Amino acid sequence: MKERIALDASHLPQHGMGSASPSWWGTLAFMLIEGTGFALAIIVYLYLMTLVPAWPPNAPPPDLGPGTWLTAVLIISVIPNMLVGRWAAKREMKKVRIGLVVMCAFGIAPLILRIFEFPALHVYWDDDAYGSISWVLLGLHTTHILTDLVDTLVLTVLMFTRHGNNDRRFGDVEDNAMYWNFVVITWLPIYGCIYWVTRL
Amino acid sequence: MKRWLLLSLPLLILAGCQSSQSALETHGPSARHLGDLIWLFSGVATVIWLLVVLVMLVALARLPKHAAEGRAERDARMKPVVIAAVIATAVIVTGLTVASYFTTRAIGEPREAVLDITVRGQQWWWQFLYSDPGAGGFETANELHVPVGKPVRLRLESPDVIHSFWVPSLAGKMDLIPGRTNVLTIRADRPGVYRGQCAEFCGIQHGHMSLFVIAEPVEKYEAWAALQRSAAAVPDDADALAGRTVFLSKPCAACHTVRGTEAKGKTGPDLTHVGGRGTIAAGTLDNTRGGMAAWIADPQTVKPGNNMPLVTLAPEELRQISAYMESLK
Amino acid sequence: MSEAQSVPPSDTEFEDGIVEERLRRLWARRRGFWGALAAVDHKVIGRRYIATAFVFLGLGGLLALAMRLQLAAPEARFIDADRYNQIFTMHGTTMMFLFAVPVMEAMAVYLVPLMVGTRNIAFPRLNAFSYWTYVLGGILLWVAFALDVGPDVGWFAYVPLAGPEFSPGKRADIWAQMITFTEIAALSVAVGIVVTVFKQRAPGMTLDRIPLFVWAMLVMAFLVIMAMPAIMLASTTLILDRLVETQFYNPAEGGDSLLWQHLFWFFGHPEVYIIFLPAVGMVSTILPTFCGRPVFGYLALVMAMIATGVLSFGLWVHHMFTVGLPRLGESFFTASSMSIAIPAGIQIFCWLATLWDGRPRFQTPLLFIIGFIITFVMGGLTGVMVASVPLDTQVHDSYFVIAHFHYVLIGGAVFPLLGAIYYWFPKFTGRMMSERAGKWAFGLIFVGFHMTFFPMHMLGLMGMPRRVYTYQPEMPWGNINLFVSLSSLILASGFLLFFIDVVRSYRRGEEAGDNPWGASTLEWAIASPPPPYNFRRIPVVESREPLWDCGETLPVASGLRLDRRELIVTSVVQGLPEAREASPQECIWPFWAALATAFLLIWSIFSPWAVVWGSIPAAAALIAWFWPKGTPEDEG
Repeated sequence: MKERIALDASHLPQHGMGSASPSWWGTLAFMLIEGTGFALAIIVYLYLMTLVPAWPPNAPPPDLGPGTWLTAVLIISVIPNMLVGRWAAKREMKKVRIGLVVMCAFGIAPLILRIFEFPALHVYWDDDAYGSISWVLLGLHTTHILTDLVDTLVLTVLMFTRHGNNDRRFGDVEDNAMYWNFVVITWLPIYGCIYWVTRL
Repeated sequence: MKRWLLLSLPLLILAGCQSSQSALETHGPSARHLGDLIWLFSGVATVIWLLVVLVMLVALARLPKHAAEGRAERDARMKPVVIAAVIATAVIVTGLTVASYFTTRAIGEPREAVLDITVRGQQWWWQFLYSDPGAGGFETANELHVPVGKPVRLRLESPDVIHSFWVPSLAGKMDLIPGRTNVLTIRADRPGVYRGQCAEFCGIQHGHMSLFVIAEPVEKYEAWAALQRSAAAVPDDADALAGRTVFLSKPCAACHTVRGTEAKGKTGPDLTHVGGRGTIAAGTLDNTRGGMAAWIADPQTVKPGNNMPLVTLAPEELRQISAYMESLK
Repeated sequence: MSEAQSVPPSDTEFEDGIVEERLRRLWARRRGFWGALAAVDHKVIGRRYIATAFVFLGLGGLLALAMRLQLAAPEARFIDADRYNQIFTMHGTTMMFLFAVPVMEAMAVYLVPLMVGTRNIAFPRLNAFSYWTYVLGGILLWVAFALDVGPDVGWFAYVPLAGPEFSPGKRADIWAQMITFTEIAALSVAVGIVVTVFKQRAPGMTLDRIPLFVWAMLVMAFLVIMAMPAIMLASTTLILDRLVETQFYNPAEGGDSLLWQHLFWFFGHPEVYIIFLPAVGMVSTILPTFCGRPVFGYLALVMAMIATGVLSFGLWVHHMFTVGLPRLGESFFTASSMSIAIPAGIQIFCWLATLWDGRPRFQTPLLFIIGFIITFVMGGLTGVMVASVPLDTQVHDSYFVIAHFHYVLIGGAVFPLLGAIYYWFPKFTGRMMSERAGKWAFGLIFVGFHMTFFPMHMLGLMGMPRRVYTYQPEMPWGNINLFVSLSSLILASGFLLFFIDVVRSYRRGEEAGDNPWGASTLEWAIASPPPPYNFRRIPVVESREPLWDCGETLPVASGLRLDRRELIVTSVVQGLPEAREASPQECIWPFWAALATAFLLIWSIFSPWAVVWGSIPAAAALIAWFWPKGTPEDEG
């Protein structure tokens, strides 16, 4: 077909930031997928709870210690995480580098606490359905911490290389920060189920 | 929809001669209400379908004259018709929901059951446990005797996988789920044999898991139940007596019970009165001496994958066991 | 930053011929074996995806014929019970997970970027990864079947039958892990479709100018995103029960077998609409072209599709009417199940109105649409029957249901799909399919279909249950079954003719030209088959039917670079240009990532440690995939 120039796109930026970037929407879509997964797993937890007279059925409620410490660490981590996102939006390379290193530490710390969380459940995955769903909820969330940690580590290394100083990379840092907030937020209902629903 | 029913009418009559297993040939109140509902829905569906196809054919055949008015005006003229059709859809759907509601209510009317029977679906046969606090309970398999005209409450359970109890001429189906108990009340209007089949896929021999509901007049039923309560008779026939010895000395007794003997196995069907049943292996074979012999001789060829193992028997022993089974009336 | 030093070449400076030449070089696909593995062009991936899905359709169809052979006579022994159970499981699994969902997504992968006027799908490498994952999952399932360890627990894999106690061996695990493969694939495509539709629409394509096909695919993608996690959770917990003795489905330890059914059907019911909504989009696109007018009730159709999508999540109990529901809920479930008839009615009435006012051209695509309306309305009406809780207790798990859902899935989705293949084949290949063969194929498929499936309604009401490998001679079903089996040969011959026509037309079909049907959507503005970059210049959309309204001249946008793959990103609602975005080059890492994922998933059938050790190569492949390659596309 013949063409008629109706729009000049040459003035447009060469990479969209925030909601103008497809990868921002992609991250959102994956969060929707995983959020649905978490929601369903929690529904399974509550469903199984309705089937038995007492909850937990054959075990004391989990110890509060490790899980609560982990929750505190995750909540505190939101502060440096938001700062990293903001610095990335402003293209402040030095601060972004420092912030990412800090966030790596905040990714590792909950994993260490998580090691103590499993025994604190006082139930094994193969004891009963309560044990199974508790382990799966913890396991599912652990994979999310782990995935984001690996992502953060790779980005940290990246930002120290020649590829770092680039709009696209700063955008990745922002998306990664958004995803970490998601990991923290999804933990809260799981924490409520595992540690407090069992004490109702 | 009607046309094919007329076409299949001869087949339906043929089926009625033996034992019916059809949702359209109803012999109990539940099935009758459901049959009416099926006809109602089919009728409405047929009319709607014919109307839609008719409108489509006219639309395809007509040559619209577009010269006079623009598309927007034509669309505006079609709009009320489309809206009316959507409203009609909503009204019909509501009507059918109401009809369903009344059917559910009619089926669910509380009726005082005269009999409680626990139905346990197993891979791949049906276990029926009759409990009667006064006269004592008993157990049978694959043939469910009920008194005519009386509501019978079935408690549906499963010790292994999910099965589904479906005797279409009497009632809709209901699942048997491990860890749960479902209740289904059935009532047969007339004496007769009503065939049913497992309707939930339950493993390799799902296809051979039939049952028969045998509705009899009350006196006949009572007589049958009294016989079932009694222990197995010691056969007077020499072959059958020898068969009894073989049966008890072979692995048979590890899985089957014959009340009145040392055979107290619980894995397979209770055989105390197996000779009185019409079929064996959940409707797979007729219960003749030949059928029984064929079954015992090679259960894995008759019904591959079923849980009855091959027990090696001499031809003589096979004949004797078959005679014994036949004698257990 | 540093761009001031050298201004990159832009398409404003050059004549059309030179722009095309430079774009062709820029978007060129890599050649050879490794080039094929590295492909990221949505048209290449889409074509592969469609072709592979049709191969699985053929395989699934052969399984159906095998079942019809076994059921042609009572107590037949052509196929033994064990094989038969594998075959019906494979048939359902193949048709649902390896044909129906993938082929619909594949049509979207090919067509959505063209219809919204962009140069590639969003996340092209994820799209390639999706295809490889899908193929590997399909191979896993079919190799297992060839080795006689195919799953035999039904495509629904109800526990406890599929659990560790009643299905020892690895058959059920293969089913469950194949689910994981296809779900990863489906979710990856869904993300690509959503973001393409949200962010890569041509400037000016406001929400109310989005083609209905694209709307349908958008709603479908959202259904995938919301429904598939349920089946992932279900299949994962099933594998855990089987592999490490978790107790999710063991009633003795607080588990529940109905939990499986809830999870499965929370996915399984939307699944039907994941397959059907794309067909709605196809019908709404093909019909206007052959009626010579825009579709009647655009807004109503969009709303009906969204309503169908939302309602589909409230209907899963629909499949559990015989598990012993509380009586109180029955009327509620009946009402909610039937309510979906209202958006379906809106769709049908809008199409009828379009036909009523149009001047139909009776070419093959329209024939399939006509066949679709006749058939789908019947399937919809029997759907209203099974939606009634009491009525369903008689027809559930009987042949009536088999008839019903084949009317909906074949009549409602495959007929439009075949129409769509006839319709878009010229765009895919540059060649027309044969009208003569097409009419014959339609006739055979339409007649064969009804002769095969209509009598199954009767069989079901006459008490024949589903999933039985045989039936007794005394049952009155023998003649009907024989009739059905013979009819299935007519249906099969129609499909055979279709496949032959596809192959023949691909080689020697008539040249198609850009817009052989005189259609209105953007994919017909460009050459057939489209060049790798799709559009020389990104179109600017000024109306809902761009090609009908723009006359001979397409309004376009200029000012895109010629030294990196570039497309335009627009705002979600109004389609206002926001940025020029790079689109990645060919990349081999999605292929390795898919292979590493397959390695992890297959190994995890045998050992839980696979999840630990297998994730190392998978993570390595993913890091390599995301690591910047220093190409112009990577740099901001």
